[in-house]
Amino acid sequence: MSATTAPHEHRGVLSQVSGYLAMLVVVLVIALPLYWIVAASLKERPDIYTVPVTWFPDPVTLENYDGVRHGVPFLDFLRNSVLITTVLTVVQVVLGVLSAFALSFLRFPGRTVVLLFIIAALMVPSQITWISNYALVAQLGWRNTFAGIIIPLAGVAFGTFLLRNHFVSLPTEIIEAAEMDHAGALTLLWRVVLPMSWPTVIAFTLITIVNEWNQYLWPLLMADDSSTAPLPVGLTQLQDAEGFTNWGPVMAGTVLTMLPVLVVFLVLQRHMIKGLTAGAVKG
Amino acid sequence: MSKTRVGRWSGRHLLLAAVLLLPNLVLLVVFTYRPLLDSIRLSFFRWNLGSPTSSFVGWDNYVEWFTSSDSRTVLVNTVIFTGAAVLGSMALGLGLALLLDQKIRGRGVVRSLVFAPFVLSGAAVGVAFQFIFTPNFGLVPDLLRSLGLSPPNFYQSSAWALFMVTVTYIWKNLGYTFVIYLAALQARRTDLDEAAEIDAASPWTRLRKVIWPQLRPATFFLLITVLLNSFQVFDVIHTMTRGGPYGNGTTTMVYQIYQETFVNLRAGYGATVATIMFFALLVVTLVQVWLMERGRRE
Repeated sequence: MSATTAPHEHRGVLSQVSGYLAMLVVVLVIALPLYWIVAASLKERPDIYTVPVTWFPDPVTLENYDGVRHGVPFLDFLRNSVLITTVLTVVQVVLGVLSAFALSFLRFPGRTVVLLFIIAALMVPSQITWISNYALVAQLGWRNTFAGIIIPLAGVAFGTFLLRNHFVSLPTEIIEAAEMDHAGALTLLWRVVLPMSWPTVIAFTLITIVNEWNQYLWPLLMADDSSTAPLPVGLTQLQDAEGFTNWGPVMAGTVLTMLPVLVVFLVLQRHMIKGLTAGAVKG
Repeated sequence: MSKTRVGRWSGRHLLLAAVLLLPNLVLLVVFTYRPLLDSIRLSFFRWNLGSPTSSFVGWDNYVEWFTSSDSRTVLVNTVIFTGAAVLGSMALGLGLALLLDQKIRGRGVVRSLVFAPFVLSGAAVGVAFQFIFTPNFGLVPDLLRSLGLSPPNFYQSSAWALFMVTVTYIWKNLGYTFVIYLAALQARRTDLDEAAEIDAASPWTRLRKVIWPQLRPATFFLLITVLLNSFQVFDVIHTMTRGGPYGNGTTTMVYQIYQETFVNLRAGYGATVATIMFFALLVVTLVQVWLMERGRRE
């Protein structure tokens, strides 16, 4: 990244200054709302409702974080979120890798048709599937079960597309050499293809974790209570329970819902951004 | 890939390919393609969600949607929300990327900060901004008052409520367009910049003639993805306004599908709205892809 910016270095002072100015504005616009909800979550109840607003929590209190558990069973929602996200991520990454491998390295009749069939699923907005999937899952008696939340979301179109694009870009010599050794197809996948593809696999894994953690409408339709509902749905219940009269615990719940995925992102953002920008730049 | 290889592999690996692909294909057929076709079928029925009986009504649902004044509001909301989200996040993302595409101390931190909201739960962001826009003691009304302005009631006015959810969505989505544009800027041919600098071209001319054409693939990619994503926003709207005020003040097509199907239980009508949306998105995307292909050939 830094190598390509070299020519910009000796650009004028003016653009430097405007750059810093823009950075300042951006920091304010993006960070202020985040600061505001964290601050509110640490305030005592009367301090949230002052006009003009109170900028700093004084005294700092953790009672809102305690209050989260009294309003709704927040720890249950957290457990459900972890479970749903973990299972969906593992399933999607495995299915994505296997599908992309088959479509890149195995030769069989109808391969192009299968590839197009999978990619075309990207064009189907999830909204059009809600109604019929809801009816099907309800009929199976799967509402308020993890199966009902997880299985309809488990198919992988985007990941198959992303991973296949990477697999076909691998140097063919290495793969042909592996074939010479009479390595079995799965050995080829495990010993040759995957070790050369970890950055893409990790990028897809991270994107999946973020997507599934933030999954909202489908779990909202599937889960009525804390036995299966994940955090964003639980947060809505907290919002309904405490609403406008007690924002403190609601803000604490909001912070807790945002935090895990934010931490994952801050630690591994480089890998995730790589996955999102792949294919966008060169067209 | 040589011809001999095709022959050698095809027989041996048909079974393996089937085993590897089948689980994913079954899931996509059952939970994506089947409901797509089923929803199109249901759009011709009057059917209450959960009811054992349904009646065929032909095009009645479509006639209702295209003639009701409610759907006109919904359509206007959808166009305003989507249009503002696409233009707003792309313009701001590009501007920001241009300003930060230089060696500046702290650039990495700013990049992380701008991108961070994109990974946050839309539902949580909706709840957070509902608090931030709260009349009286909210942050935004307070800031407006300190600027000497009298803040509107973001909860009670349809126009301001739509403004509120749109701004919230742009705040959440800006990091995505920014990161894509920044990556495109850094992958461009910088020798052209130098040539322009030697020619003493103005910054505006350089942007228009040298940089913008090179950003074309990124712009088309963003047009398609941001349009599809913002068209389908549910979480922010549901948590902030439940589609209100006044029933449909911030109701978009996606929210209307939810409301008709799962609140009013008119699943047949909901399926009609979903079908209309599906074909609208399909046409828009195909036109964009066609334009992109034409642009690439030129």
